Amino acid sequence: MTGTHGTTETAGPVPGPVPPEETEATGRADADPAAVAAVTRAVRAALPPDSVIDDHLRLRTYECDGLAHYKVIPSLVVLPETAEQVAAVVRACSEHGVPFVARGSGTGLSGGALPRADGVLIVTSRMRAVREVRREDQRAVVEPGVINLDITKATTGGGYYFAPDPSSQQICSIGGNLAENSGGAHCLKYGFTTNHVLGAEFVTPQGEIVQLGGLAPDAPGYDLLGAVVGSEGTLGVATSVTVRLVRLPEDVRTLLAGFASTDDAGAATSAIIGAGIVPAAIEMMDALAIEAAEAATHCGYPAGAGAVLVIELDGATAEVDHEFAEVERLCGEHGSFELRVAVDPAERALIWKGRKSAFAAVGRISPDYIVQDGVIPRTSLPQVLRAIADLSSSSGVRVANVFHAGDGNLHPLVLFDDAIEGAGKAAEKVSGAILDLCISSGGSITGEHGVGIDKAAYMPRMFSEDDLDTMQLVRCAFDPDNIANPGKVFPTPRLCGEVPGRHRGAHPLVEAGLAEQF
Amino acid sequence: MSAPTIDLDAARSALGSACGDVTDAGPDDAVDGVPPALVARPASTAEVAEVLRAADAAGLTVVPRGRGTKMTWGRPPERVDLVVDLSRMDAVVDHAAGDLIVEAQAGAPLAAVQETVAGAGQRFALDDPVGDSSVGGALATNLSGPGRVATGTARDLLIGVTVVRSDGVIAKAGGRVVKNVAGYDIGKLFIGSFGTLAVLTQAVFRLHPLPAARRVVTVGFDRPEEAQRLVQQVIHAQVVPGAIEVDRPAEGQGTVAVLLDGIEAGVAGRTATTLRLLGSDAREDADLPPGWGTFPWAAAAPAERQTALKATFALSGLARVLDVARTASAAAGVRLDLRGSGGAGVLYGAVSADADPGAVGSVVDRLRAECTALGGALVVLDGPPAVKAAVDTWGPVPAIDLMQRVKDRFDPERRLAPGRFVGGI
Repeated sequence: MTGTHGTTETAGPVPGPVPPEETEATGRADADPAAVAAVTRAVRAALPPDSVIDDHLRLRTYECDGLAHYKVIPSLVVLPETAEQVAAVVRACSEHGVPFVARGSGTGLSGGALPRADGVLIVTSRMRAVREVRREDQRAVVEPGVINLDITKATTGGGYYFAPDPSSQQICSIGGNLAENSGGAHCLKYGFTTNHVLGAEFVTPQGEIVQLGGLAPDAPGYDLLGAVVGSEGTLGVATSVTVRLVRLPEDVRTLLAGFASTDDAGAATSAIIGAGIVPAAIEMMDALAIEAAEAATHCGYPAGAGAVLVIELDGATAEVDHEFAEVERLCGEHGSFELRVAVDPAERALIWKGRKSAFAAVGRISPDYIVQDGVIPRTSLPQVLRAIADLSSSSGVRVANVFHAGDGNLHPLVLFDDAIEGAGKAAEKVSGAILDLCISSGGSITGEHGVGIDKAAYMPRMFSEDDLDTMQLVRCAFDPDNIANPGKVFPTPRLCGEVPGRHRGAHPLVEAGLAEQF
Repeated sequence: MSAPTIDLDAARSALGSACGDVTDAGPDDAVDGVPPALVARPASTAEVAEVLRAADAAGLTVVPRGRGTKMTWGRPPERVDLVVDLSRMDAVVDHAAGDLIVEAQAGAPLAAVQETVAGAGQRFALDDPVGDSSVGGALATNLSGPGRVATGTARDLLIGVTVVRSDGVIAKAGGRVVKNVAGYDIGKLFIGSFGTLAVLTQAVFRLHPLPAARRVVTVGFDRPEEAQRLVQQVIHAQVVPGAIEVDRPAEGQGTVAVLLDGIEAGVAGRTATTLRLLGSDAREDADLPPGWGTFPWAAAAPAERQTALKATFALSGLARVLDVARTASAAAGVRLDLRGSGGAGVLYGAVSADADPGAVGSVVDRLRAECTALGGALVVLDGPPAVKAAVDTWGPVPAIDLMQRVKDRFDPERRLAPGRFVGGI
């Protein structure tokens, strides 16, 4: 069993058919040693000695992110402390055509921060200052290495918090959240990182430092920040992030409801949304996931339940009271046989403990597993869950379902034992088939984990060649030389070339007197 | 460089085979005073693609148009050969009530979308301060209103988009689910791009439940610091306001108005709290105050073209913006009415139509300096030709080089609304 560390939602090994070291996407260590040496020299001149790592043993520490199956040892690791140092590293990479990958805490689940064997890994863990808490402006300005939960810790005293709460929030960084447009259990009501990032100081792949957005909304010009958030490090590196602070709600109430089946729990979910209630979170776990969570955390979920819902409501007390009564009634009407209401923070924490530890807990019932992150329209939930059950029974591969039911974001855990010949392949096939189900129901291949290296091959199933080409126009505008985290997100890099038809001054050959233009 | 000559007859014929509805342009088709030669009214995304391919081949510059309510916003384009009018693409394509999403064509009026989703007790949380705006036009100008305090702006609501590039390629981004991080979120790039990157043809939005009840709590203020204190009290309370509007006409008292909406039981309690917060002069009302959700220049006669300003700033800068606006306009001898989302850091200003362009320029300069210092910007959205000629309407824009590079990739020949946007884009 690999890849479970505590609070992180950590994927188990994914059996890849090709050792990633040899793929186009991750580069070859021997691609251009002279260029790497030149970058190393430049970086050593610009950064303190202990910020530059090039000995093999220490480089190995950084060989993977949260998707631990993929491992690539970078040529060089740098730990800059300032935006200027990040820019100096990127400029050196740009000058010598060496790829770079930015990494925060390395908790990503799609291999977005997987290093390049021929490149530099820029680690932001020494950029951890909360520069400003501006309560009057409902904003904070933080460095990219700041831990997600630390923003909340720095602001709760003043009655505020940072809303996006990925399960890894105790260790993941805001820079990584920005790159991945991270979500979390509460994005049903509060949105994703993109809705909470208002500005960023940003180093482009040419090494320029630019300011995108800021303290005020609606910055004139193109919303480049909107394109950068969720671009998985392929457009540059954020060196400072301006985030929205959200007022803590007056009241929070959490309920656990046991159902006989996922169909019943799904129907209850639809009824709640249909009643015009927007809970802060609605999470679902099926019988297998409950079994695992129970084994791992003794969270006391209802015995014999085919599914549980964890529902949280927050807001002003009068609304929460009213909506809570509605939710209880609707759960009852849709067959909930046990309702448990958290009466204090400890009980609330226990209810969430079962849910938040579910990924890691699956290790109790299966030696290996693949985590998927597909999204479906909420109303397709019953059909898709039945189809997943059919896939599971026809293939003999067990699937545990843990997901954000409110917004249709599924996290099927496909279980297997890598020690059994062919089990990995079978699991991978089921996993892929689940993504196809998501796409055909009008959903997405990823709701919050990102495409990274893991799902790049699935992008053409969701988007046409023209769609992908259009996205890559943005990449070409930012990174014409394709050095910012190349090999991620897009299955095939677009060759950017010169901007066609753009006439700026004379053609170089004309200028050089080698040709004439008519 | 002299303007390229185009063969209008050949273009007309090529466009005619791309789309059944192509006519010569009339005086009403002018884009901020710049007359186009032709108007095409495609009926589908595929026809828009054909039209843009034909326009590209013929070397035509193109300005997209929805309901035509904001054609004078931005700078006048350098040149317009063809207006691509999307008013025939006015369908609300799909309302998936259970999934809380709606899909509409670019030419659909916001009001039509609203009407469709209201039937299921839902709302599309994008206000229309102009009135009769289309989906595409609202997106292209990043229109927003009082509700932004609670539900954000177009960038928080748009989840999927279909566009046609200047070379006629159809592209989609996002999808039909709210939670989705597959690929770049390029939908956001088109928001507020004034038609300079691509032609929007269809969009998918997330929806919100329609609130069952609402109240407005209003209170007057005289001094800018009072307005700021009132707004700060509301935002730091836990009353979950649906809007926080600040209205300050050129003369007399200003008003802070707080919208509280939701279920009846909750609204009553939050209204009581808000009344306490805002002091003994505050009063409660079931109806929205006059002028709510409209721009301050809306009161002027249509022929009277006022200068329309948009000021953005960090929330704690409200008092300074109100103060500078009044002192600068008084010094310049022009009338300046302000109204906007004080709780979001956005105020709109209307300068009287007969104001001297130089005087308007001095107000713009002083307000811009203040807003910039407060982390925001000052943009002249619209104005009389003499003002637009005399004033830097968009102002300096950070990261303009990067924006130019994006434009160069999407529209290398500068076919789409050239010159209308920031930095001459």
